[in-house]
Amino acid sequence: MDVLILSRLQFALATGFHFLFVPLTLGLSILIAIMERKYVNTGDEEYKRMAKFWGKLFLINFVLGVVTGITLEFQFGTNWARYSAYVGDIFGSLLAIEATTAFFLESTFIAVWHFGWNKLSPRAHATTMWLIAAAGTFSAFWILVANAWMQHPVGYVLRNGRAELNDFFAVVTQPFAIQMFIHTLSGAFILSGFFVMGISAYHILKKQNLSFFKRSFQMALTFALIFSVVEVVQGHMHGAEVAEIQPAKLAAMESHWETTAYAPMAAFLIPDEQGEKNNFEILPVRGVLSMLAYHDPAAEVKGLKYFPVDERPPVTLTFFAFRIMVGLGFLFVLLTLYGWFKRHKLEDYPLYLKIMLFSIPLPYIALQAGWIVAEVGRQPWIVYGLMKTSDAVSNISQTQVLTSFIAFLLVYSLLAVAAFSLIIKFAGQGPDPLPLPAEEKGGEANA
Amino acid sequence: MLETIWFVLWAVLWAVYFILDGFDLGAGCLLPVLSKDDKDRRYIYNATGPFWDGNEVWLITAGGVTFAAFPGNYAVMFSALYTPLLMILFALIVRGVAFEFRRHIDDPRWKKLWDICMFAGSFVAAFLFGVAFAGIFAGIPIDEAGHFQGSIINLLTPYNILGGALFVMLFMLHGSIWLAIKTNGELKNRASNFAKKIWPFVTLSGLVFIISTGFATNVFNYYMSYPVLFVIPLMLLFGFMLIWFFIEIASWWKAWFASGLVIGLTTFFGLAGIFPRLLPSSINDQYSMTIFNSASSPLTLKIMLVVVIVFIPIVIGYQTWVYYLFKDKVTEKDLIY
Repeated sequence: MDVLILSRLQFALATGFHFLFVPLTLGLSILIAIMERKYVNTGDEEYKRMAKFWGKLFLINFVLGVVTGITLEFQFGTNWARYSAYVGDIFGSLLAIEATTAFFLESTFIAVWHFGWNKLSPRAHATTMWLIAAAGTFSAFWILVANAWMQHPVGYVLRNGRAELNDFFAVVTQPFAIQMFIHTLSGAFILSGFFVMGISAYHILKKQNLSFFKRSFQMALTFALIFSVVEVVQGHMHGAEVAEIQPAKLAAMESHWETTAYAPMAAFLIPDEQGEKNNFEILPVRGVLSMLAYHDPAAEVKGLKYFPVDERPPVTLTFFAFRIMVGLGFLFVLLTLYGWFKRHKLEDYPLYLKIMLFSIPLPYIALQAGWIVAEVGRQPWIVYGLMKTSDAVSNISQTQVLTSFIAFLLVYSLLAVAAFSLIIKFAGQGPDPLPLPAEEKGGEANA
Repeated sequence: MLETIWFVLWAVLWAVYFILDGFDLGAGCLLPVLSKDDKDRRYIYNATGPFWDGNEVWLITAGGVTFAAFPGNYAVMFSALYTPLLMILFALIVRGVAFEFRRHIDDPRWKKLWDICMFAGSFVAAFLFGVAFAGIFAGIPIDEAGHFQGSIINLLTPYNILGGALFVMLFMLHGSIWLAIKTNGELKNRASNFAKKIWPFVTLSGLVFIISTGFATNVFNYYMSYPVLFVIPLMLLFGFMLIWFFIEIASWWKAWFASGLVIGLTTFFGLAGIFPRLLPSSINDQYSMTIFNSASSPLTLKIMLVVVIVFIPIVIGYQTWVYYLFKDKVTEKDLIY
């Protein structure tokens, strides 16, 4: 394997791994902030226990997000030096703005939240979690603006042999960036909702801390329901924009080979990249793809064959990742909608609770699949239409990259196993037991 | 002009990173040295626990600013220093995770594992940062295309290794002073005795480093054209004396500021001498990465300047507040880790 492939694998691994932890940070911070806010407003100690219990899982997850994020920023320089030199004027500044305006806030206040229970008033303490949540959201915004620029470069001129910024406002406000931001953030919120619902379902099934976990479940359910609906509606708009801006990606997402009006969509198919066709097509319906992409059944949709072979993204991976993401997206709406109607008597629906428990990994899969669609679907470009991935890689030796790739694989796998084992362990244990008044008295008597 | 301002900001950001993360990396290196039992180790973790994460963001910012202001240099420097940089990142990963993971399973073997990660991660990061920065002062073999010619062995010159050793010792001094501030009793005595004992070695290494900089680098050539710069090594020596003085009168906060000053000045000492280079080439100075051949466009530099001028003071503001909030000694009831 050459430096290019190894670097791509390494970057995919590092990003994918980072993206296992970041979405939960984004959504769970908001849920915890709401819990703590309710504690401040009502004085109900159960909300405080909720914030502490979910906070414990949050912290384990958070640290993994932090340490894996540090490597990402440096990997553009280590492995993608030519990319960095070519687009650093724009891309680099977005990363620097993210660190300065958002990541500092998040990392500083996480410590205040963690260590500050006895040092701050309840109100001030609850505020720190709001700051963490806001900082996480800002952070996601800047990173997605940077990624959107790779998907659809705007606000630049080619000068001095590189892309130079000429309209910062255009970069930050381009609709594609806003779409990606809403899409990714909603996904993160769904994931966090399902995380809380799944763990709560486990305890409700076991009839442990019923009120505690029903409350948690209901909060997470409302959150996940809202964003599941947002995700589907907005995902459709986002897709239409991809059709406009990245027609080759759209064609790969749908494994659509011929340029036609009334482009069809099939219920099932298997792409055949060698033969430039689809196998096992089931139920192709005329005009559906045209309708979805351009809101007009007669619209012409460019097929993969329209693009030179060396400008087509890998079809099979993009296609299946897209189908998985969309399928799961609809499933999330159904699951949360059903839960919404049963929310007051959840304990009477053990099958639903079991489904929710085993659904915890599904949003993780959906988010990784979405990321694959975005990044693999952009290939062979690193910056769409501007720079190919193969022209972006550093001049480094194969041995170096092979060694670091294996190191990433080993270290990250071990860390993931350790992190998820700890999360599962503490999720299963449930909240710390309430100190019983009788116990305190007993203690005094013994003394 | 813009490029020069950014050079200064770039140097300041790296210096601030070393000053801040320096004490928690140093405390990590001291974990096996100063602790007798698990409780001591927990105190050491808790003494740096509320700070390490915020400190490491200065690294992200220093890296981000290198990318934003000098993308050409970011590309050449980080691909040339590929292996040491990734080793630093892995070291920071395992020690960062150690803070959170260690406390969760009450098994001596589990704790031992993370203590090793904490020590090794802190040590490797401190050492390699020193090697890398000494390497930057001395220049590294990059050709005219900005490609690194050589291997990691070329980075391990005696001068660079001395730089690594100096960083480790400086951070250990900085960390032991911090632990003297944050702890009580036996552990505090051990930390303060350690600071006293290591001080002569750190100062001696600092002196040797300054002198060998004259032989191994071109730093002093630039100093010759701007003799006012000799103020930096002089202040550095003065800083070492200040540390000694404050340690002697057991004024630990002041000693900590002094050791921070010394770390900052050590960074400036070399970086001031390579200006306007960001990464000198040891093959031919023509191939060096400079603020002129690697800077971003004026527009980006201006936008980033506004961002930094507005936000860095805000960051300094809330981070100072956090240091103030957790200024007291760690006590039994504070033991979260």
